[in-house]
Amino acid sequence: MTGAEGISTEALLVALFIFVLAAFVGYEVVSKVPTMLHTPLMSGANAIHGVVVVGAMLVAASAEGPLRMVLALVGVTLGTINVVGGFVVTDRMLEMFKRRPGQSGPGCKP
Amino acid sequence: MTPLQVVTFFVYLAGSVTFILGLKFLSSPVSARRGNRLAAAGMAIVVGWVFLTEFVLRDGGLATLWILAIGVPIGSVVGVLGARRVPMTAMPQMVAIFNGAGGGAAALVAAAEFLRDAGAGNGAGGANAGELLPIPFMVATLLGAVIGSVSLTGSVIAFGKLQGIVSGRPLTYPGDKIVTGLLVAGILVLGVLLTVATNDVTPFLVFVALALVLGVAAVMPIGGADMPVVISLLNSYTGIAVAATGFVLNNYALLVAGTLVGASGAILTQLMCRAMNRSIFNVLFGAFGTAGGTAVAGPAGDTTVREISAEDAAVLMAYAKKVIIVPGYGMAVAQAQQSVRELMDLLVARGVEVEFAIHPVAGRMPGHMNVLLAEANVPYDRLKEMDEINDEFATTDVALVIGANDVTNPAARTDTSSPIYGMPILNVDHAAHVVVLKRSMAAGFAGIANPLYADPKTTMLFGDAKKTVDALVSGVKVA
Repeated sequence: MTGAEGISTEALLVALFIFVLAAFVGYEVVSKVPTMLHTPLMSGANAIHGVVVVGAMLVAASAEGPLRMVLALVGVTLGTINVVGGFVVTDRMLEMFKRRPGQSGPGCKP
Repeated sequence: MTPLQVVTFFVYLAGSVTFILGLKFLSSPVSARRGNRLAAAGMAIVVGWVFLTEFVLRDGGLATLWILAIGVPIGSVVGVLGARRVPMTAMPQMVAIFNGAGGGAAALVAAAEFLRDAGAGNGAGGANAGELLPIPFMVATLLGAVIGSVSLTGSVIAFGKLQGIVSGRPLTYPGDKIVTGLLVAGILVLGVLLTVATNDVTPFLVFVALALVLGVAAVMPIGGADMPVVISLLNSYTGIAVAATGFVLNNYALLVAGTLVGASGAILTQLMCRAMNRSIFNVLFGAFGTAGGTAVAGPAGDTTVREISAEDAAVLMAYAKKVIIVPGYGMAVAQAQQSVRELMDLLVARGVEVEFAIHPVAGRMPGHMNVLLAEANVPYDRLKEMDEINDEFATTDVALVIGANDVTNPAARTDTSSPIYGMPILNVDHAAHVVVLKRSMAAGFAGIANPLYADPKTTMLFGDAKKTVDALVSGVKVA
Protein backbone atom coordinates (compact mmCIF):
# COMPACT_ATOMS: atom_id res chain seq x y z
CA MET A 1 0.00 0.00 0.00
CA THR A 2 1.50 3.28 -1.02
CA GLY A 3 0.51 6.80 -0.21
CA ALA A 4 -0.53 7.37 -3.77
CA GLU A 5 -2.94 4.45 -3.85
CA GLY A 6 -4.05 5.15 -0.31
CA ILE A 7 -5.74 8.40 -1.26
CA SER A 8 -9.21 7.80 -2.61
CA THR A 9 -10.90 10.03 -5.15
CA GLU A 10 -13.38 11.01 -2.48
CA ALA A 11 -10.61 12.17 -0.14
CA LEU A 12 -9.09 14.22 -2.97
CA LEU A 13 -12.42 15.88 -3.70
CA VAL A 14 -12.90 16.71 -0.03
CA ALA A 15 -9.38 18.18 0.00
CA LEU A 16 -10.23 20.28 -3.06
CA PHE A 17 -13.37 21.50 -1.29
CA ILE A 18 -11.35 22.53 1.78
CA PHE A 19 -8.73 24.18 -0.42
CA VAL A 20 -11.23 26.44 -2.16
CA LEU A 21 -12.98 27.45 1.07
CA ALA A 22 -9.66 28.09 2.86
CA ALA A 23 -8.57 30.36 0.01
CA PHE A 24 -11.68 32.51 0.52
CA VAL A 25 -11.18 32.59 4.29
CA GLY A 26 -7.55 33.66 3.82
CA TYR A 27 -8.56 36.39 1.39
CA GLU A 28 -11.30 37.76 3.64
CA VAL A 29 -9.28 37.67 6.87
CA VAL A 30 -6.20 39.28 5.41
CA SER A 31 -7.97 42.07 3.51
CA LYS A 32 -8.85 43.58 6.90
CA VAL A 33 -5.24 43.96 8.07
CA PRO A 34 -4.09 47.63 8.09
CA THR A 35 -0.95 48.69 6.20
CA MET A 36 0.91 49.42 9.43
CA LEU A 37 0.77 45.72 10.30
CA HIS A 38 1.76 44.38 6.89
CA THR A 39 5.30 43.46 7.91
CA PRO A 40 4.16 41.39 10.92
CA LEU A 41 1.41 39.95 8.70
CA MET A 42 3.91 38.76 6.13
CA SER A 43 6.10 37.35 8.86
CA GLY A 44 3.17 35.77 10.74
CA ALA A 45 1.83 34.14 7.58
CA ASN A 46 5.38 32.96 6.93
CA ALA A 47 5.39 31.26 10.34
CA ILE A 48 2.05 29.58 9.64
CA HIS A 49 3.29 27.87 6.48
CA GLY A 50 6.03 26.49 8.75
CA VAL A 51 3.41 23.77 9.41
CA VAL A 52 5.28 22.06 6.56
CA VAL A 53 7.49 20.72 9.37
CA VAL A 54 4.60 18.33 10.10
CA GLY A 55 4.83 17.06 6.53
CA ALA A 56 8.57 16.54 6.96
CA MET A 57 7.92 14.70 10.25
CA LEU A 58 5.44 12.37 8.49
CA VAL A 59 8.04 11.68 5.81
CA ALA A 60 10.62 11.03 8.54
CA ALA A 61 8.28 8.63 10.33
CA SER A 62 8.00 6.37 7.29
CA ALA A 63 11.44 6.98 5.80
CA GLU A 64 13.30 3.96 4.52
CA GLY A 65 16.66 3.93 2.81
CA PRO A 66 19.42 6.50 3.15
CA LEU A 67 18.21 8.86 0.42
CA ARG A 68 14.75 9.43 1.86
CA MET A 69 16.18 9.67 5.37
CA VAL A 70 18.49 12.46 4.27
CA LEU A 71 15.63 14.24 2.51
CA ALA A 72 13.54 13.92 5.68
CA LEU A 73 16.38 15.21 7.86
CA VAL A 74 16.97 18.30 5.71
CA GLY A 75 13.20 18.81 5.44
CA VAL A 76 12.70 18.64 9.21
CA THR A 77 15.60 21.04 9.79
CA LEU A 78 14.39 23.61 7.23
CA GLY A 79 10.79 23.29 8.41
CA THR A 80 11.84 23.85 12.03
CA ILE A 81 13.83 26.96 11.06
CA ASN A 82 10.75 28.27 9.26
CA VAL A 83 8.26 27.63 12.05
CA VAL A 84 10.41 28.54 15.06
CA GLY A 85 12.13 31.54 13.50
CA GLY A 86 8.88 32.77 11.98
CA PHE A 87 6.90 32.83 15.20
CA VAL A 88 9.74 34.26 17.31
CA VAL A 89 10.50 37.08 14.89
CA THR A 90 6.81 37.98 14.54
CA ASP A 91 6.40 38.06 18.31
CA ARG A 92 9.44 40.33 18.58
CA MET A 93 7.96 42.74 16.05
CA LEU A 94 4.51 42.78 17.60
CA GLU A 95 5.91 43.39 21.06
CA MET A 96 6.84 46.86 19.82
CA PHE A 97 3.28 47.65 18.82
CA LYS A 98 2.01 47.39 22.38
CA ARG A 99 -0.16 50.25 23.56
CA ARG A 100 1.46 52.87 25.76
CA PRO A 101 -0.33 54.44 28.73
CA GLY A 102 -2.27 57.63 28.10
CA GLN A 103 -2.78 56.87 24.46
CA SER A 104 -6.26 57.02 23.06
CA GLY A 105 -7.76 55.07 20.22
CA PRO A 106 -6.12 52.39 18.13
CA GLY A 107 -5.07 55.05 15.61
CA CYS A 108 -5.34 52.84 12.59
CA LYS A 109 -7.74 52.46 9.76
CA PRO A 110 -9.76 49.25 9.84
CA MET B 1 -10.84 5.05 11.12
CA THR B 2 -9.21 4.24 14.44
CA PRO B 3 -10.02 6.40 17.50
CA LEU B 4 -6.49 7.81 17.27
CA GLN B 5 -7.11 8.96 13.69
CA VAL B 6 -10.33 10.65 14.80
CA VAL B 7 -8.41 12.57 17.47
CA THR B 8 -5.77 13.49 14.88
CA PHE B 9 -8.51 14.92 12.71
CA PHE B 10 -9.73 17.13 15.56
CA VAL B 11 -6.20 18.24 16.42
CA TYR B 12 -5.73 19.37 12.82
CA LEU B 13 -9.09 21.13 12.94
CA ALA B 14 -8.15 22.97 16.14
CA GLY B 15 -4.77 23.92 14.66
CA SER B 16 -6.40 25.29 11.51
CA VAL B 17 -8.80 27.40 13.60
CA THR B 18 -5.89 28.94 15.57
CA PHE B 19 -4.14 29.79 12.27
CA ILE B 20 -7.23 31.61 11.00
CA LEU B 21 -7.69 33.43 14.30
CA GLY B 22 -4.01 34.34 14.39
CA LEU B 23 -4.36 36.10 11.03
CA LYS B 24 -7.68 37.65 12.04
CA PHE B 25 -6.23 39.14 15.24
CA LEU B 26 -3.59 40.86 13.13
CA SER B 27 -6.23 43.35 12.02
CA SER B 28 -5.52 45.46 15.13
CA PRO B 29 -2.22 46.22 16.88
CA VAL B 30 -3.96 45.62 20.20
CA SER B 31 -4.77 41.96 19.53
CA ALA B 32 -2.01 41.13 17.04
CA ARG B 33 0.49 39.70 19.49
CA ARG B 34 -2.15 37.52 21.14
CA GLY B 35 -3.10 36.21 17.70
CA ASN B 36 0.45 35.26 16.83
CA ARG B 37 0.87 33.45 20.15
CA LEU B 38 -2.42 31.63 19.65
CA ALA B 39 -1.30 30.42 16.22
CA ALA B 40 2.05 29.36 17.72
CA ALA B 41 0.24 27.40 20.45
CA GLY B 42 -1.95 25.71 17.83
CA MET B 43 1.17 24.84 15.87
CA ALA B 44 2.83 23.38 18.99
CA ILE B 45 -0.21 21.17 19.65
CA VAL B 46 -0.29 19.88 16.06
CA VAL B 47 3.46 19.19 16.03
CA GLY B 48 3.32 17.59 19.49
CA TRP B 49 0.42 15.34 18.53
CA VAL B 50 2.11 14.17 15.32
CA PHE B 51 5.26 13.46 17.31
CA LEU B 52 3.27 11.42 19.83
CA THR B 53 1.26 9.39 17.34
CA GLU B 54 3.84 8.87 14.61
CA PHE B 55 6.97 8.37 16.68
CA VAL B 56 6.12 7.44 20.28
CA LEU B 57 2.92 5.41 20.02
CA ARG B 58 3.39 3.79 16.60
CA ASP B 59 5.16 0.44 16.41
CA GLY B 60 8.61 0.97 14.95
CA GLY B 61 8.18 4.75 15.12
CA LEU B 62 11.28 5.12 17.27
CA ALA B 63 13.45 3.76 14.45
CA THR B 64 13.65 7.13 12.69
CA LEU B 65 13.39 9.28 15.82
CA TRP B 66 17.02 10.22 15.32
CA ILE B 67 15.96 12.36 12.34
CA LEU B 68 13.96 14.63 14.66
CA ALA B 69 16.64 14.43 17.37
CA ILE B 70 19.11 16.02 14.94
CA GLY B 71 16.88 18.22 12.77
CA VAL B 72 14.66 19.86 15.38
CA PRO B 73 17.41 21.16 17.72
CA ILE B 74 19.48 22.48 14.79
CA GLY B 75 16.46 24.14 13.22
CA SER B 76 15.32 25.63 16.53
CA VAL B 77 18.73 27.08 17.40
CA VAL B 78 19.16 28.59 13.93
CA GLY B 79 15.59 29.94 13.95
CA VAL B 80 15.72 31.46 17.43
CA LEU B 81 19.19 32.97 17.01
CA GLY B 82 18.29 34.44 13.63
CA ALA B 83 14.98 35.80 14.90
CA ARG B 84 16.44 37.33 18.06
CA ARG B 85 19.67 38.75 16.72
CA VAL B 86 18.53 40.32 13.49
CA PRO B 87 18.22 44.12 13.70
CA MET B 88 14.76 45.45 12.84
CA THR B 89 16.20 47.08 9.73
CA ALA B 90 17.19 43.69 8.34
CA MET B 91 13.75 42.18 8.88
CA PRO B 92 12.87 41.81 5.19
CA GLN B 93 15.94 39.62 4.56
CA MET B 94 15.13 37.51 7.62
CA VAL B 95 11.56 36.88 6.47
CA ALA B 96 12.94 36.00 3.02
CA ILE B 97 15.31 33.40 4.40
CA PHE B 98 12.70 31.81 6.71
CA ASN B 99 10.38 31.69 3.73
CA GLY B 100 13.06 30.02 1.62
CA ALA B 101 13.51 27.38 4.33
CA GLY B 102 9.79 26.63 4.24
CA GLY B 103 9.80 26.39 0.45
CA GLY B 104 12.77 24.05 0.56
CA ALA B 105 11.07 21.85 3.14
CA ALA B 106 7.91 21.64 0.99
CA ALA B 107 9.96 20.65 -2.07
CA LEU B 108 11.82 17.98 -0.06
CA VAL B 109 8.57 16.52 1.26
CA ALA B 110 7.20 16.33 -2.28
CA ALA B 111 10.44 14.74 -3.51
CA ALA B 112 10.48 12.17 -0.70
CA GLU B 113 6.87 11.21 -1.44
CA PHE B 114 7.69 10.84 -5.13
CA LEU B 115 10.68 8.62 -4.33
CA ARG B 116 8.58 6.49 -2.02
CA ASP B 117 5.91 5.77 -4.56
CA ALA B 118 7.74 5.89 -7.84
CA GLY B 119 11.33 5.82 -8.79
CA ALA B 120 12.42 2.90 -10.90
CA GLY B 121 16.05 2.22 -10.14
CA ASN B 122 16.53 4.43 -7.11
CA GLY B 123 18.41 3.10 -4.12
CA ALA B 124 15.38 3.15 -1.90
CA GLY B 125 13.44 0.86 -4.23
CA GLY B 126 10.24 2.59 -5.26
CA ALA B 127 7.07 0.65 -4.53
CA ASN B 128 5.58 1.16 -7.96
CA ALA B 129 8.70 1.13 -10.13
CA GLY B 130 7.68 1.23 -13.76
CA GLU B 131 4.01 1.89 -13.02
CA LEU B 132 2.32 5.23 -13.49
CA LEU B 133 0.91 6.96 -10.43
CA PRO B 134 -2.58 8.48 -10.23
CA ILE B 135 -2.66 11.79 -12.09
CA PRO B 136 -4.01 13.95 -9.21
CA PHE B 137 -1.26 12.61 -6.93
CA MET B 138 1.43 13.37 -9.51
CA VAL B 139 0.08 16.86 -10.22
CA ALA B 140 0.10 17.76 -6.53
CA THR B 141 3.58 16.27 -6.02
CA LEU B 142 5.06 18.08 -8.99
CA LEU B 143 3.43 21.38 -8.00
CA GLY B 144 4.82 21.06 -4.48
CA ALA B 145 8.28 20.28 -5.84
CA VAL B 146 8.40 23.01 -8.47
CA ILE B 147 6.86 25.85 -6.45
CA GLY B 148 8.81 24.97 -3.31
CA SER B 149 12.07 24.90 -5.30
CA VAL B 150 11.40 28.26 -6.99
CA SER B 151 10.55 29.73 -3.60
CA LEU B 152 13.77 28.36 -2.06
CA THR B 153 16.25 29.75 -4.58
CA GLY B 154 14.19 32.87 -5.28
CA SER B 155 14.18 33.72 -1.57
CA VAL B 156 17.92 33.16 -1.31
CA ILE B 157 18.53 35.61 -4.17
CA ALA B 158 16.07 38.11 -2.64
CA PHE B 159 17.97 37.77 0.66
CA GLY B 160 21.26 38.36 -1.17
CA LYS B 161 19.94 41.49 -2.90
CA LEU B 162 18.60 43.01 0.33
CA GLN B 163 21.72 42.10 2.27
CA GLY B 164 23.91 43.57 -0.46
CA ILE B 165 25.64 40.25 -1.26
CA VAL B 166 24.03 40.23 -4.71
CA SER B 167 23.80 43.53 -6.59
CA GLY B 168 20.49 45.29 -6.03
CA ARG B 169 20.50 46.45 -9.64
CA PRO B 170 18.33 44.40 -11.96
CA LEU B 171 20.61 41.89 -13.68
CA THR B 172 19.57 41.50 -17.28
CA TYR B 173 21.38 40.19 -20.33
CA PRO B 174 20.33 39.80 -23.95
CA GLY B 175 17.96 36.88 -24.26
CA ASP B 176 17.33 36.53 -20.54
CA LYS B 177 13.60 36.30 -21.08
CA ILE B 178 14.17 33.52 -23.62
CA VAL B 179 16.23 31.57 -21.09
CA THR B 180 13.49 31.97 -18.48
CA GLY B 181 10.92 30.92 -21.08
CA LEU B 182 12.95 27.82 -21.97
CA LEU B 183 13.21 26.89 -18.28
CA VAL B 184 9.44 27.18 -17.89
CA ALA B 185 8.89 25.16 -21.07
CA GLY B 186 11.31 22.45 -19.91
CA ILE B 187 9.54 22.23 -16.54
CA LEU B 188 6.14 21.94 -18.24
CA VAL B 189 7.30 19.24 -20.67
CA LEU B 190 8.96 17.17 -17.93
CA GLY B 191 5.93 17.68 -15.70
CA VAL B 192 3.60 16.27 -18.35
CA LEU B 193 6.00 13.37 -19.06
CA LEU B 194 6.22 12.52 -15.36
CA THR B 195 2.44 12.55 -15.10
CA VAL B 196 1.49 10.47 -18.14
CA ALA B 197 4.58 8.68 -19.48
CA THR B 198 7.21 7.78 -16.91
CA ASN B 199 7.97 7.81 -13.22
CA ASP B 200 11.74 7.50 -13.48
CA VAL B 201 13.84 9.34 -10.95
CA THR B 202 16.14 11.02 -13.49
CA PRO B 203 13.52 13.21 -15.21
CA PHE B 204 12.20 14.12 -11.78
CA LEU B 205 15.63 15.28 -10.63
CA VAL B 206 16.09 17.32 -13.82
CA PHE B 207 12.61 18.77 -13.21
CA VAL B 208 13.60 19.91 -9.70
CA ALA B 209 16.97 21.22 -10.92
CA LEU B 210 15.27 23.34 -13.60
CA ALA B 211 12.89 24.73 -10.95
CA LEU B 212 15.83 25.68 -8.73
CA VAL B 213 17.49 27.51 -11.63
CA LEU B 214 14.17 29.17 -12.50
CA GLY B 215 13.97 30.68 -9.00
CA VAL B 216 17.37 32.35 -9.55
CA ALA B 217 16.60 33.40 -13.13
CA ALA B 218 13.24 34.89 -12.15
CA VAL B 219 14.50 37.06 -9.26
CA MET B 220 17.89 38.24 -10.63
CA PRO B 221 16.35 40.67 -13.18
CA ILE B 222 14.20 42.34 -10.52
CA GLY B 223 15.55 45.53 -8.90
CA GLY B 224 16.25 45.76 -5.17
CA ALA B 225 13.47 48.32 -4.73
CA ASP B 226 10.91 45.74 -5.79
CA MET B 227 12.12 43.04 -3.37
CA PRO B 228 9.23 43.60 -0.91
CA VAL B 229 6.79 42.59 -3.63
CA VAL B 230 8.97 39.62 -4.52
CA ILE B 231 9.18 38.42 -0.92
CA SER B 232 5.44 38.72 -0.53
CA LEU B 233 4.92 36.77 -3.74
CA LEU B 234 7.43 34.06 -2.74
CA ASN B 235 5.69 33.83 0.64
CA SER B 236 2.50 33.14 -1.26
CA TYR B 237 4.33 30.53 -3.39
CA THR B 238 5.57 28.68 -0.32
CA GLY B 239 2.01 28.66 1.00
CA ILE B 240 0.78 27.09 -2.23
CA ALA B 241 3.65 24.56 -2.21
CA VAL B 242 2.71 23.58 1.35
CA ALA B 243 -0.94 23.25 0.33
CA ALA B 244 0.17 20.97 -2.52
CA THR B 245 2.07 18.73 -0.09
CA GLY B 246 -1.12 18.74 1.98
CA PHE B 247 -2.85 17.17 -1.03
CA VAL B 248 -0.02 14.66 -1.46
CA LEU B 249 -0.05 13.56 2.18
CA ASN B 250 -3.83 14.01 2.46
CA ASN B 251 -3.11 16.17 5.49
CA TYR B 252 -5.71 18.85 6.21
CA ALA B 253 -3.51 20.92 8.55
CA LEU B 254 -0.96 21.45 5.77
CA LEU B 255 -3.71 22.02 3.25
CA VAL B 256 -5.52 24.72 5.24
CA ALA B 257 -2.42 26.52 6.54
CA GLY B 258 -0.74 26.51 3.12
CA THR B 259 -3.86 27.78 1.39
CA LEU B 260 -4.40 30.57 3.95
CA VAL B 261 -0.86 31.81 3.42
CA GLY B 262 -1.08 31.40 -0.34
CA ALA B 263 -4.19 33.60 -0.39
CA SER B 264 -2.82 36.17 2.07
CA GLY B 265 0.46 36.52 0.17
CA ALA B 266 -1.48 37.00 -3.05
CA ILE B 267 -3.55 39.89 -1.64
CA LEU B 268 -0.55 41.53 -0.04
CA THR B 269 1.29 41.39 -3.37
CA GLN B 270 -1.74 42.88 -5.10
CA LEU B 271 -2.02 45.69 -2.51
CA MET B 272 1.65 46.59 -2.91
CA CYS B 273 1.47 46.66 -6.69
CA ARG B 274 -1.58 48.91 -6.45
CA ALA B 275 0.32 51.24 -4.09
CA MET B 276 2.99 51.63 -6.76
CA ASN B 277 0.44 51.83 -9.58
CA ARG B 278 2.19 49.00 -11.40
CA SER B 279 1.07 45.57 -12.48
CA ILE B 280 2.61 42.44 -11.04
CA PHE B 281 3.73 41.68 -14.60
CA ASN B 282 5.64 44.98 -14.71
CA VAL B 283 7.30 44.24 -11.34
CA LEU B 284 8.39 40.74 -12.37
CA PHE B 285 9.50 41.42 -15.93
CA GLY B 286 10.02 45.20 -16.17
CA ALA B 287 13.65 45.17 -14.88
CA PHE B 288 12.64 48.33 -12.99
CA GLY B 289 15.50 50.63 -12.07
CA THR B 290 17.80 49.82 -14.96
CA ALA B 291 20.11 52.71 -15.76
CA GLY B 292 19.42 54.17 -19.19
CA GLY B 293 16.43 55.75 -20.86
CA THR B 294 15.50 59.41 -20.81
CA ALA B 295 13.94 59.48 -17.37
CA VAL B 296 17.19 58.93 -15.52
CA ALA B 297 18.69 62.09 -16.96
CA GLY B 298 15.71 64.04 -15.67
CA PRO B 299 15.53 67.76 -14.88
CA ALA B 300 17.29 67.36 -11.52
CA GLY B 301 20.23 65.57 -13.05
CA ASP B 302 22.56 68.55 -13.17
CA THR B 303 20.76 71.19 -11.13
CA THR B 304 22.38 72.87 -8.18
CA VAL B 305 20.69 72.32 -4.85
CA ARG B 306 20.60 74.55 -1.76
CA GLU B 307 22.14 73.22 1.42
CA ILE B 308 21.05 74.12 4.91
CA SER B 309 22.90 73.72 8.21
CA ALA B 310 21.48 71.50 10.93
CA GLU B 311 21.17 74.55 13.23
CA ASP B 312 19.07 76.48 10.72
CA ALA B 313 16.88 73.48 9.97
CA ALA B 314 16.39 72.95 13.73
CA VAL B 315 15.27 76.59 14.19
CA LEU B 316 12.92 76.24 11.21
CA MET B 317 11.21 73.28 12.87
CA ALA B 318 11.32 74.57 16.44
CA TYR B 319 9.26 77.65 15.46
CA ALA B 320 6.94 75.82 13.09
CA LYS B 321 3.29 75.12 13.84
CA LYS B 322 3.22 71.82 12.07
CA VAL B 323 5.95 69.40 10.98
CA ILE B 324 5.45 66.21 9.00
CA ILE B 325 8.26 63.68 9.08
CA VAL B 326 8.63 61.43 6.03
CA PRO B 327 10.82 58.44 6.85
CA GLY B 328 12.37 56.17 4.24
CA TYR B 329 14.94 53.45 3.90
CA GLY B 330 17.73 55.93 4.74
CA MET B 331 16.36 56.14 8.29
CA ALA B 332 16.46 52.36 8.54
CA VAL B 333 20.02 52.07 7.22
CA ALA B 334 21.33 54.70 9.64
CA GLN B 335 19.31 53.23 12.54
CA ALA B 336 18.06 56.76 13.16
CA GLN B 337 14.62 55.86 14.52
CA GLN B 338 15.50 56.51 18.20
CA SER B 339 16.91 59.94 17.38
CA VAL B 340 13.83 60.70 15.30
CA ARG B 341 11.65 59.84 18.29
CA GLU B 342 13.73 62.19 20.45
CA LEU B 343 13.32 64.95 17.88
CA MET B 344 9.56 64.34 17.85
CA ASP B 345 9.38 64.50 21.67
CA LEU B 346 11.26 67.81 21.78
CA LEU B 347 9.10 69.38 19.08
CA VAL B 348 5.89 68.15 20.69
CA ALA B 349 7.05 69.56 24.05
CA ARG B 350 7.40 72.94 22.33
CA GLY B 351 3.82 72.70 21.09
CA VAL B 352 4.66 71.80 17.49
CA GLU B 353 2.20 69.43 15.83
CA VAL B 354 4.23 66.44 14.60
CA GLU B 355 3.00 63.63 12.38
CA PHE B 356 4.62 60.92 10.33
CA ALA B 357 3.67 60.27 6.71
CA ILE B 358 4.12 56.62 5.80
CA HIS B 359 4.13 55.68 2.15
CA PRO B 360 2.86 52.13 1.58
CA VAL B 361 6.10 51.07 -0.07
CA ALA B 362 8.58 53.14 1.98
CA GLY B 363 11.46 50.97 3.10
CA ARG B 364 12.11 47.48 1.88
CA MET B 365 8.91 45.87 3.08
CA PRO B 366 5.30 47.03 3.40
CA GLY B 367 4.88 48.54 6.85
CA HIS B 368 8.67 48.53 7.37
CA MET B 369 8.65 52.12 8.70
CA ASN B 370 5.82 51.35 11.12
CA VAL B 371 7.84 48.54 12.66
CA LEU B 372 10.96 50.69 13.05
CA LEU B 373 9.11 53.66 14.56
CA ALA B 374 7.17 51.36 16.85
CA GLU B 375 10.53 49.96 17.97
CA ALA B 376 11.52 53.53 18.92
CA ASN B 377 8.26 53.97 20.85
CA VAL B 378 6.62 56.42 18.51
CA PRO B 379 2.88 56.12 19.28
CA TYR B 380 1.21 54.50 16.31
CA ASP B 381 -1.57 57.10 16.13
CA ARG B 382 1.03 59.63 14.95
CA LEU B 383 1.78 57.44 11.94
CA LYS B 384 -0.49 58.40 9.05
CA GLU B 385 -1.06 56.52 5.84
CA MET B 386 -0.61 58.32 2.55
CA ASP B 387 -4.30 58.91 1.73
CA GLU B 388 -4.91 60.16 5.24
CA ILE B 389 -2.15 62.78 5.31
CA ASN B 390 -1.57 63.85 1.72
CA ASP B 391 -3.94 66.83 1.92
CA GLU B 392 -2.28 68.05 5.12
CA PHE B 393 1.05 68.89 3.47
CA ALA B 394 -0.51 72.09 2.09
CA THR B 395 -0.98 73.39 5.65
CA THR B 396 2.38 72.14 6.89
CA ASP B 397 5.31 74.44 7.64
CA VAL B 398 8.12 71.93 7.37
CA ALA B 399 8.22 68.52 5.71
CA LEU B 400 11.28 66.66 6.99
CA VAL B 401 12.26 63.90 4.58
CA ILE B 402 14.59 61.38 6.21
CA GLY B 403 16.21 59.11 3.65
CA ALA B 404 13.10 58.72 1.51
CA ASN B 405 13.48 59.38 -2.19
CA ASP B 406 11.30 57.76 -4.83
CA VAL B 407 8.10 57.99 -2.73
CA THR B 408 8.46 61.80 -2.67
CA ASN B 409 9.40 62.23 -6.33
CA PRO B 410 7.03 64.72 -8.02
CA ALA B 411 8.10 63.36 -11.41
CA ALA B 412 5.65 60.55 -10.68
CA ARG B 413 2.85 63.12 -11.06
CA THR B 414 4.05 65.13 -14.02
CA ASP B 415 6.76 63.45 -16.07
CA THR B 416 5.13 60.89 -18.35
CA SER B 417 8.57 59.59 -19.38
CA SER B 418 9.54 58.78 -15.81
CA PRO B 419 9.55 55.07 -14.95
CA ILE B 420 7.61 55.83 -11.79
CA TYR B 421 5.04 58.00 -13.60
CA GLY B 422 1.62 57.34 -12.11
CA MET B 423 2.86 56.00 -8.79
CA PRO B 424 0.97 57.73 -5.96
CA ILE B 425 3.49 59.80 -3.97
CA LEU B 426 3.51 61.82 -0.77
CA ASN B 427 2.79 65.48 -1.57
CA VAL B 428 5.90 66.67 0.23
CA ASP B 429 6.37 69.52 -2.26
CA HIS B 430 3.08 71.10 -1.11
CA ALA B 431 4.62 72.02 2.27
CA ALA B 432 5.96 75.54 2.88
CA HIS B 433 9.49 74.23 3.43
CA VAL B 434 11.02 70.89 2.59
CA VAL B 435 14.16 69.72 4.38
CA VAL B 436 15.69 66.62 2.83
CA LEU B 437 18.14 64.52 4.84
CA LYS B 438 20.23 62.52 2.43
CA ARG B 439 23.60 60.83 2.40
CA SER B 440 24.60 62.20 -1.00
CA MET B 441 23.07 63.32 -4.27
CA ALA B 442 22.96 59.71 -5.49
CA ALA B 443 19.65 58.60 -6.98
CA GLY B 444 17.32 56.34 -4.99
CA PHE B 445 17.16 52.56 -5.07
CA ALA B 446 15.10 52.78 -8.23
CA GLY B 447 17.88 54.84 -9.86
CA ILE B 448 15.71 57.81 -10.79
CA ALA B 449 16.62 61.50 -10.34
CA ASN B 450 14.31 63.50 -8.06
CA PRO B 451 13.28 67.03 -9.21
CA LEU B 452 12.10 67.74 -5.65
CA TYR B 453 15.70 68.56 -4.75
CA ALA B 454 15.81 71.37 -7.29
CA ASP B 455 12.58 72.91 -5.98
CA PRO B 456 13.24 76.43 -4.56
CA LYS B 457 11.38 75.44 -1.36
CA THR B 458 13.70 72.51 -0.79
CA THR B 459 16.91 72.60 1.21
CA MET B 460 19.28 69.67 1.58
CA LEU B 461 21.02 68.45 4.69
CA PHE B 462 23.71 65.98 3.68
CA GLY B 463 25.16 63.28 5.90
CA ASP B 464 24.36 60.10 7.77
CA ALA B 465 20.70 60.26 8.87
CA LYS B 466 21.44 59.37 12.50
CA LYS B 467 24.17 62.00 12.95
CA THR B 468 22.11 64.63 11.16
CA VAL B 469 19.00 63.96 13.25
CA ASP B 470 21.13 64.07 16.41
CA ALA B 471 22.40 67.48 15.27
CA LEU B 472 18.79 68.59 14.73
CA VAL B 473 17.96 67.38 18.26
CA SER B 474 20.71 69.49 19.83
CA GLY B 475 19.70 72.38 17.59
CA VAL B 476 16.07 72.25 18.76
CA LYS B 477 17.24 72.07 22.40
CA VAL B 478 19.00 75.45 22.17
CA ALA B 479 16.53 77.11 19.84
